[in-house]
Amino acid sequence: MKARAERGPAPYINPYLAGTFLGVLLFVSFLVTGHGLGASGGLARMIVWVQDLFVSSHVDANPALATMAGGDANPLDHWLVWAIIGAMAGGFVSGWMGRRLRIETFRGPNISVRARWIAALLGGTLVGFGARMARGCTSGQALSGGAVLSLGSWAFMFSVFAGGYLLAYFVRRLWN
Amino acid sequence: MAPYDVTAWGKGIEVAVSLGIGFSFGFILERAGFGDSRKLASQFYFRDMTVLKVMFTGIVVAMVLLFWAVFLGFVDYGRIFVNPTFLWPGIVGGFILGLGFIVGGYCPGTSLVSAATGKLDGMFFVGGVLLGIFVFGEAAPQFWDFFEGAGEGARATLPEWLGLPTGLVVLGVVLMAVGAFRAAEWAEGLVARRAQRRQDAQP
Repeated sequence: MKARAERGPAPYINPYLAGTFLGVLLFVSFLVTGHGLGASGGLARMIVWVQDLFVSSHVDANPALATMAGGDANPLDHWLVWAIIGAMAGGFVSGWMGRRLRIETFRGPNISVRARWIAALLGGTLVGFGARMARGCTSGQALSGGAVLSLGSWAFMFSVFAGGYLLAYFVRRLWN
Repeated sequence: MAPYDVTAWGKGIEVAVSLGIGFSFGFILERAGFGDSRKLASQFYFRDMTVLKVMFTGIVVAMVLLFWAVFLGFVDYGRIFVNPTFLWPGIVGGFILGLGFIVGGYCPGTSLVSAATGKLDGMFFVGGVLLGIFVFGEAAPQFWDFFEGAGEGARATLPEWLGLPTGLVVLGVVLMAVGAFRAAEWAEGLVARRAQRRQDAQP
Protein backbone atom coordinates (compact mmCIF):
# COMPACT_ATOMS: atom_id res chain seq x y z
CA MET A 1 0.00 0.00 0.00
CA LYS A 2 1.37 3.37 -1.04
CA ALA A 3 1.64 6.34 1.26
CA ARG A 4 -1.27 8.80 1.13
CA ALA A 5 0.68 11.50 -0.68
CA GLU A 6 1.93 9.12 -3.37
CA ARG A 7 -1.53 8.04 -4.40
CA GLY A 8 -2.36 11.58 -5.54
CA PRO A 9 -5.74 13.33 -5.32
CA ALA A 10 -8.87 11.19 -5.47
CA PRO A 11 -11.19 11.70 -8.45
CA TYR A 12 -14.22 13.97 -8.01
CA ILE A 13 -17.64 12.37 -7.73
CA ASN A 14 -20.14 12.19 -10.57
CA PRO A 15 -21.73 15.63 -11.13
CA TYR A 16 -25.31 14.32 -11.24
CA LEU A 17 -24.74 12.47 -7.97
CA ALA A 18 -23.23 15.60 -6.40
CA GLY A 19 -26.20 17.59 -7.68
CA THR A 20 -28.63 15.10 -6.16
CA PHE A 21 -26.94 15.39 -2.75
CA LEU A 22 -26.99 19.17 -3.13
CA GLY A 23 -30.70 19.13 -3.98
CA VAL A 24 -31.60 16.93 -1.00
CA LEU A 25 -29.56 19.20 1.29
CA LEU A 26 -31.30 22.28 -0.10
CA PHE A 27 -34.71 20.64 0.41
CA VAL A 28 -33.83 19.73 4.01
CA SER A 29 -32.69 23.32 4.59
CA PHE A 30 -36.05 24.66 3.37
CA LEU A 31 -37.92 22.09 5.42
CA VAL A 32 -36.11 22.79 8.68
CA THR A 33 -35.33 26.50 8.41
CA GLY A 34 -37.65 27.89 5.73
CA HIS A 35 -34.71 29.29 3.77
CA GLY A 36 -32.05 27.94 1.43
CA LEU A 37 -28.27 28.23 1.39
CA GLY A 38 -26.00 31.27 1.21
CA ALA A 39 -22.40 32.41 1.00
CA SER A 40 -21.93 36.09 0.13
CA GLY A 41 -24.35 37.27 2.85
CA GLY A 42 -22.16 35.78 5.59
CA LEU A 43 -19.06 37.47 4.18
CA ALA A 44 -20.92 40.79 4.03
CA ARG A 45 -21.76 40.44 7.72
CA MET A 46 -18.10 39.89 8.55
CA ILE A 47 -17.10 43.07 6.71
CA VAL A 48 -19.84 45.09 8.39
CA TRP A 49 -18.77 43.71 11.76
CA VAL A 50 -15.27 45.11 11.21
CA GLN A 51 -16.66 48.45 10.02
CA ASP A 52 -18.98 48.58 13.03
CA LEU A 53 -15.97 48.24 15.36
CA PHE A 54 -14.32 51.38 14.00
CA VAL A 55 -17.03 53.60 12.53
CA SER A 56 -20.28 52.56 14.20
CA SER A 57 -22.14 55.81 13.50
CA HIS A 58 -21.16 55.64 9.83
CA VAL A 59 -22.65 52.13 9.66
CA ASP A 60 -25.87 53.31 11.31
CA ALA A 61 -26.21 56.12 8.75
CA ASN A 62 -25.72 53.88 5.72
CA PRO A 63 -28.93 52.08 4.72
CA ALA A 64 -26.97 49.28 2.99
CA LEU A 65 -25.14 48.46 6.23
CA ALA A 66 -27.59 49.45 8.96
CA THR A 67 -29.90 46.52 8.16
CA MET A 68 -27.09 44.21 9.31
CA ALA A 69 -25.45 46.21 12.10
CA GLY A 70 -27.68 49.18 12.97
CA GLY A 71 -27.65 50.24 16.63
CA ASP A 72 -26.71 47.39 18.92
CA ALA A 73 -27.32 44.62 16.38
CA ASN A 74 -24.44 42.14 16.12
CA PRO A 75 -24.02 41.34 12.42
CA LEU A 76 -22.28 38.04 13.20
CA ASP A 77 -25.29 36.70 15.11
CA HIS A 78 -26.92 35.21 12.00
CA TRP A 79 -27.30 31.81 10.32
CA LEU A 80 -25.45 33.04 7.21
CA VAL A 81 -22.27 33.49 9.26
CA TRP A 82 -22.48 30.07 10.90
CA ALA A 83 -23.24 28.48 7.53
CA ILE A 84 -20.06 29.78 5.89
CA ILE A 85 -17.95 28.68 8.85
CA GLY A 86 -19.52 25.24 8.40
CA ALA A 87 -18.94 25.37 4.64
CA MET A 88 -15.22 26.03 5.10
CA ALA A 89 -14.97 23.16 7.59
CA GLY A 90 -16.90 20.85 5.22
CA GLY A 91 -14.67 21.79 2.31
CA PHE A 92 -11.59 21.19 4.43
CA VAL A 93 -12.75 17.72 5.55
CA SER A 94 -13.71 16.70 2.01
CA GLY A 95 -10.36 17.96 0.71
CA TRP A 96 -8.55 16.03 3.41
CA MET A 97 -10.48 12.83 2.62
CA GLY A 98 -9.78 13.29 -1.10
CA ARG A 99 -6.06 14.00 -0.52
CA ARG A 100 -6.52 17.46 -2.04
CA LEU A 101 -5.26 19.58 0.86
CA ARG A 102 -2.26 21.38 -0.58
CA ILE A 103 -0.90 24.91 -0.76
CA GLU A 104 -0.97 25.59 -4.49
CA THR A 105 -2.34 27.94 -7.15
CA PHE A 106 -4.79 26.68 -9.74
CA ARG A 107 -4.22 28.46 -13.05
CA GLY A 108 -4.41 28.04 -16.80
CA PRO A 109 -1.37 26.64 -18.63
CA ASN A 110 -0.31 30.00 -20.12
CA ILE A 111 -0.47 32.36 -17.17
CA SER A 112 2.00 33.11 -14.37
CA VAL A 113 1.18 32.54 -10.71
CA ARG A 114 1.32 36.26 -10.01
CA ALA A 115 -1.02 37.11 -12.90
CA ARG A 116 -3.42 34.44 -11.67
CA TRP A 117 -3.47 35.98 -8.20
CA ILE A 118 -4.19 39.43 -9.63
CA ALA A 119 -7.00 38.01 -11.79
CA ALA A 120 -8.45 36.19 -8.78
CA LEU A 121 -8.40 39.37 -6.70
CA LEU A 122 -9.95 41.43 -9.49
CA GLY A 123 -12.58 38.83 -10.35
CA GLY A 124 -13.41 38.39 -6.68
CA THR A 125 -13.95 42.12 -6.30
CA LEU A 126 -16.42 42.15 -9.20
CA VAL A 127 -18.17 39.08 -7.80
CA GLY A 128 -18.45 40.60 -4.30
CA PHE A 129 -19.86 43.85 -5.70
CA GLY A 130 -22.26 42.07 -8.05
CA ALA A 131 -23.48 39.67 -5.38
CA ARG A 132 -24.41 42.54 -3.06
CA MET A 133 -26.18 44.43 -5.83
CA ALA A 134 -28.15 41.29 -6.73
CA ARG A 135 -28.89 40.53 -3.04
CA GLY A 136 -27.24 37.15 -3.27
CA CYS A 137 -24.80 35.02 -5.20
CA THR A 138 -24.85 31.69 -6.97
CA SER A 139 -25.83 29.96 -3.71
CA GLY A 140 -28.41 32.30 -2.21
CA GLN A 141 -30.00 33.54 -5.43
CA ALA A 142 -29.45 31.13 -8.32
CA LEU A 143 -29.56 27.82 -6.44
CA SER A 144 -31.92 28.58 -3.54
CA GLY A 145 -34.17 31.07 -5.32
CA GLY A 146 -34.17 28.97 -8.48
CA ALA A 147 -35.48 25.93 -6.63
CA VAL A 148 -38.41 27.85 -5.10
CA LEU A 149 -39.19 29.41 -8.51
CA SER A 150 -38.41 33.02 -7.65
CA LEU A 151 -38.79 35.14 -10.78
CA GLY A 152 -35.89 37.44 -9.87
CA SER A 153 -33.59 34.51 -9.11
CA TRP A 154 -34.12 33.02 -12.56
CA ALA A 155 -33.46 36.38 -14.22
CA PHE A 156 -30.29 36.64 -12.10
CA MET A 157 -29.14 33.14 -13.07
CA PHE A 158 -29.41 33.79 -16.80
CA SER A 159 -27.64 37.11 -16.33
CA VAL A 160 -24.70 35.40 -14.55
CA PHE A 161 -24.25 32.93 -17.39
CA ALA A 162 -24.61 35.75 -19.95
CA GLY A 163 -21.84 37.76 -18.27
CA GLY A 164 -19.54 34.75 -18.02
CA TYR A 165 -20.02 33.53 -21.57
CA LEU A 166 -19.77 37.03 -23.07
CA LEU A 167 -16.42 37.72 -21.45
CA ALA A 168 -15.01 34.16 -21.70
CA TYR A 169 -13.67 34.61 -25.24
CA PHE A 170 -11.81 37.80 -24.35
CA VAL A 171 -10.09 36.34 -21.29
CA ARG A 172 -9.33 32.92 -22.80
CA ARG A 173 -5.61 33.47 -22.14
CA LEU A 174 -6.36 33.12 -18.45
CA TRP A 175 -7.64 29.56 -18.82
CA ASN A 176 -6.48 28.03 -22.11
CA MET B 1 -46.39 21.92 9.36
CA ALA B 2 -43.02 22.64 7.81
CA PRO B 3 -41.09 24.84 7.43
CA TYR B 4 -40.09 24.69 11.06
CA ASP B 5 -38.77 27.68 12.94
CA VAL B 6 -35.31 26.73 14.17
CA THR B 7 -34.97 30.04 15.98
CA ALA B 8 -37.72 28.84 18.35
CA TRP B 9 -35.66 25.79 19.33
CA GLY B 10 -33.04 27.84 21.12
CA LYS B 11 -29.81 29.49 20.06
CA GLY B 12 -27.67 26.36 20.42
CA ILE B 13 -29.89 24.32 18.11
CA GLU B 14 -30.08 27.12 15.55
CA VAL B 15 -26.29 27.47 15.45
CA ALA B 16 -25.80 23.69 15.25
CA VAL B 17 -28.32 23.30 12.41
CA SER B 18 -26.76 26.20 10.46
CA LEU B 19 -23.25 24.83 10.96
CA GLY B 20 -24.40 21.35 9.89
CA ILE B 21 -26.12 22.60 6.75
CA GLY B 22 -23.08 24.75 5.91
CA PHE B 23 -20.73 21.83 6.53
CA SER B 24 -22.68 19.56 4.18
CA PHE B 25 -22.80 22.31 1.57
CA GLY B 26 -19.03 22.85 1.64
CA PHE B 27 -18.40 19.12 1.67
CA ILE B 28 -20.56 18.52 -1.43
CA LEU B 29 -19.04 21.48 -3.31
CA GLU B 30 -15.52 20.18 -2.70
CA ARG B 31 -16.46 16.58 -3.63
CA ALA B 32 -17.90 17.85 -6.92
CA GLY B 33 -14.60 19.55 -7.81
CA PHE B 34 -15.75 23.12 -7.15
CA GLY B 35 -12.60 23.94 -5.18
CA ASP B 36 -10.70 24.05 -8.49
CA SER B 37 -11.00 27.27 -10.52
CA ARG B 38 -9.89 25.51 -13.71
CA LYS B 39 -12.83 23.15 -13.50
CA LEU B 40 -15.28 25.99 -12.82
CA ALA B 41 -13.90 28.17 -15.65
CA SER B 42 -14.06 25.23 -18.10
CA GLN B 43 -17.83 25.62 -17.95
CA PHE B 44 -17.50 28.80 -20.02
CA TYR B 45 -15.41 27.07 -22.73
CA PHE B 46 -17.78 24.05 -22.96
CA ARG B 47 -14.91 21.77 -21.93
CA ASP B 48 -16.33 20.59 -18.64
CA MET B 49 -19.97 21.37 -17.87
CA THR B 50 -19.89 20.18 -14.25
CA VAL B 51 -21.12 23.55 -12.94
CA LEU B 52 -24.29 23.36 -15.01
CA LYS B 53 -24.87 19.68 -14.23
CA VAL B 54 -24.45 20.01 -10.47
CA MET B 55 -26.38 23.25 -10.21
CA PHE B 56 -29.35 22.24 -12.35
CA THR B 57 -29.54 18.78 -10.77
CA GLY B 58 -29.54 20.47 -7.35
CA ILE B 59 -32.28 22.90 -8.38
CA VAL B 60 -34.43 20.20 -9.95
CA VAL B 61 -34.13 17.73 -7.04
CA ALA B 62 -34.84 20.40 -4.40
CA MET B 63 -37.69 21.87 -6.44
CA VAL B 64 -39.42 18.54 -7.11
CA LEU B 65 -39.10 17.42 -3.46
CA LEU B 66 -40.33 20.78 -2.19
CA PHE B 67 -43.36 21.09 -4.46
CA TRP B 68 -44.31 17.45 -3.84
CA ALA B 69 -44.20 18.21 -0.13
CA VAL B 70 -46.32 21.33 -0.72
CA PHE B 71 -48.78 19.34 -2.85
CA LEU B 72 -49.07 16.64 -0.18
CA GLY B 73 -49.63 19.28 2.49
CA PHE B 74 -46.41 18.82 4.44
CA VAL B 75 -44.98 22.24 3.63
CA ASP B 76 -46.57 25.70 3.55
CA TYR B 77 -45.12 27.38 0.44
CA GLY B 78 -46.33 30.75 1.75
CA ARG B 79 -43.86 30.50 4.64
CA ILE B 80 -40.90 29.40 2.50
CA PHE B 81 -38.44 32.22 1.80
CA VAL B 82 -38.76 33.13 -1.87
CA ASN B 83 -36.07 35.65 -2.79
CA PRO B 84 -37.93 38.93 -3.43
CA THR B 85 -37.70 40.12 -7.01
CA PHE B 86 -35.74 43.29 -7.65
CA LEU B 87 -35.46 42.75 -11.37
CA TRP B 88 -32.87 45.28 -12.58
CA PRO B 89 -30.48 45.23 -9.62
CA GLY B 90 -30.60 41.43 -9.92
CA ILE B 91 -29.86 41.44 -13.63
CA VAL B 92 -27.08 44.05 -13.40
CA GLY B 93 -25.58 42.45 -10.29
CA GLY B 94 -25.77 39.00 -11.88
CA PHE B 95 -24.03 40.27 -15.01
CA ILE B 96 -21.20 41.82 -12.97
CA LEU B 97 -20.94 38.59 -10.98
CA GLY B 98 -20.72 36.61 -14.24
CA LEU B 99 -17.87 38.83 -15.48
CA GLY B 100 -16.04 38.36 -12.19
CA PHE B 101 -16.66 34.61 -12.27
CA ILE B 102 -14.78 34.08 -15.54
CA VAL B 103 -11.96 36.49 -14.60
CA GLY B 104 -11.50 35.15 -11.07
CA GLY B 105 -12.55 31.53 -11.54
CA TYR B 106 -14.90 31.21 -8.56
CA CYS B 107 -18.12 32.38 -7.00
CA PRO B 108 -18.30 33.22 -3.27
CA GLY B 109 -19.23 29.74 -1.97
CA THR B 110 -16.75 27.84 -4.13
CA SER B 111 -13.93 30.25 -3.28
CA LEU B 112 -14.43 29.56 0.44
CA VAL B 113 -14.06 25.84 -0.21
CA SER B 114 -11.01 26.43 -2.39
CA ALA B 115 -9.36 28.61 0.25
CA ALA B 116 -10.16 26.01 2.92
CA THR B 117 -8.22 23.39 0.96
CA GLY B 118 -5.12 25.59 0.68
CA LYS B 119 -5.55 27.04 -2.80
CA LEU B 120 -3.89 30.44 -3.00
CA ASP B 121 -5.97 31.64 -5.94
CA GLY B 122 -9.05 30.85 -3.84
CA MET B 123 -7.67 32.94 -0.97
CA PHE B 124 -6.98 35.91 -3.26
CA PHE B 125 -10.49 35.55 -4.64
CA VAL B 126 -12.05 35.58 -1.14
CA GLY B 127 -10.01 38.72 -0.43
CA GLY B 128 -11.45 40.25 -3.60
CA VAL B 129 -15.01 39.31 -2.63
CA LEU B 130 -14.57 40.99 0.74
CA LEU B 131 -13.17 44.09 -0.99
CA GLY B 132 -16.05 44.15 -3.49
CA ILE B 133 -18.62 43.82 -0.70
CA PHE B 134 -16.94 46.69 1.17
CA VAL B 135 -16.94 48.89 -1.96
CA PHE B 136 -20.60 48.10 -2.60
CA GLY B 137 -21.57 48.98 0.97
CA GLU B 138 -19.85 52.34 0.72
CA ALA B 139 -21.11 53.12 -2.78
CA ALA B 140 -24.70 51.86 -2.49
CA PRO B 141 -26.18 55.11 -1.05
CA GLN B 142 -25.12 56.78 -4.34
CA PHE B 143 -27.48 54.60 -6.36
CA TRP B 144 -29.93 53.67 -3.64
CA ASP B 145 -33.05 54.34 -5.76
CA PHE B 146 -31.83 51.91 -8.41
CA PHE B 147 -30.95 49.30 -5.77
CA GLU B 148 -34.35 49.56 -4.09
CA GLY B 149 -36.17 49.47 -7.42
CA ALA B 150 -39.39 51.29 -8.24
CA GLY B 151 -42.20 49.54 -6.41
CA GLU B 152 -40.30 46.29 -6.46
CA GLY B 153 -39.16 43.85 -3.82
CA ALA B 154 -42.26 41.73 -3.79
CA ARG B 155 -42.49 37.96 -3.72
CA ALA B 156 -42.83 37.09 -7.40
CA THR B 157 -42.77 33.56 -8.74
CA LEU B 158 -42.38 32.02 -12.18
CA PRO B 159 -45.87 30.42 -12.14
CA GLU B 160 -47.49 33.81 -11.36
CA TRP B 161 -45.45 35.56 -14.01
CA LEU B 162 -46.22 32.96 -16.68
CA GLY B 163 -49.84 32.58 -15.55
CA LEU B 164 -49.44 28.81 -15.43
CA PRO B 165 -50.14 26.21 -12.73
CA THR B 166 -47.15 25.52 -10.48
CA GLY B 167 -47.06 21.82 -11.43
CA LEU B 168 -46.71 22.67 -15.09
CA VAL B 169 -43.86 25.11 -14.42
CA VAL B 170 -42.08 22.49 -12.29
CA LEU B 171 -42.42 20.01 -15.16
CA GLY B 172 -41.15 22.64 -17.60
CA VAL B 173 -38.06 23.31 -15.49
CA VAL B 174 -37.36 19.56 -15.25
CA LEU B 175 -37.64 19.18 -19.04
CA MET B 176 -35.45 22.24 -19.60
CA ALA B 177 -32.81 20.80 -17.25
CA VAL B 178 -32.85 17.43 -19.03
CA GLY B 179 -32.43 19.24 -22.34
CA ALA B 180 -29.55 21.26 -20.88
CA PHE B 181 -27.86 18.06 -19.65
CA ARG B 182 -28.07 16.48 -23.09
CA ALA B 183 -26.73 19.65 -24.71
CA ALA B 184 -23.91 19.76 -22.12
CA GLU B 185 -22.86 16.15 -22.82
CA TRP B 186 -22.96 16.82 -26.55
CA ALA B 187 -20.87 20.01 -26.22
CA GLU B 188 -18.28 18.29 -24.03
CA GLY B 189 -17.91 15.52 -26.61
CA LEU B 190 -17.55 18.02 -29.42
CA VAL B 191 -14.87 20.05 -27.63
CA ALA B 192 -12.97 16.89 -26.64
CA ARG B 193 -12.94 15.59 -30.23
CA ARG B 194 -11.73 18.96 -31.53
CA ALA B 195 -8.92 19.05 -28.98
CA GLN B 196 -7.96 15.50 -29.92
CA ARG B 197 -7.83 16.36 -33.63
CA ARG B 198 -5.63 19.38 -32.90
CA GLN B 199 -3.29 17.16 -30.90
CA ASP B 200 -3.15 14.53 -33.66
CA ALA B 201 -2.33 17.18 -36.25
CA GLN B 202 0.79 18.22 -34.37
CA PRO B 203 4.02 16.61 -35.61
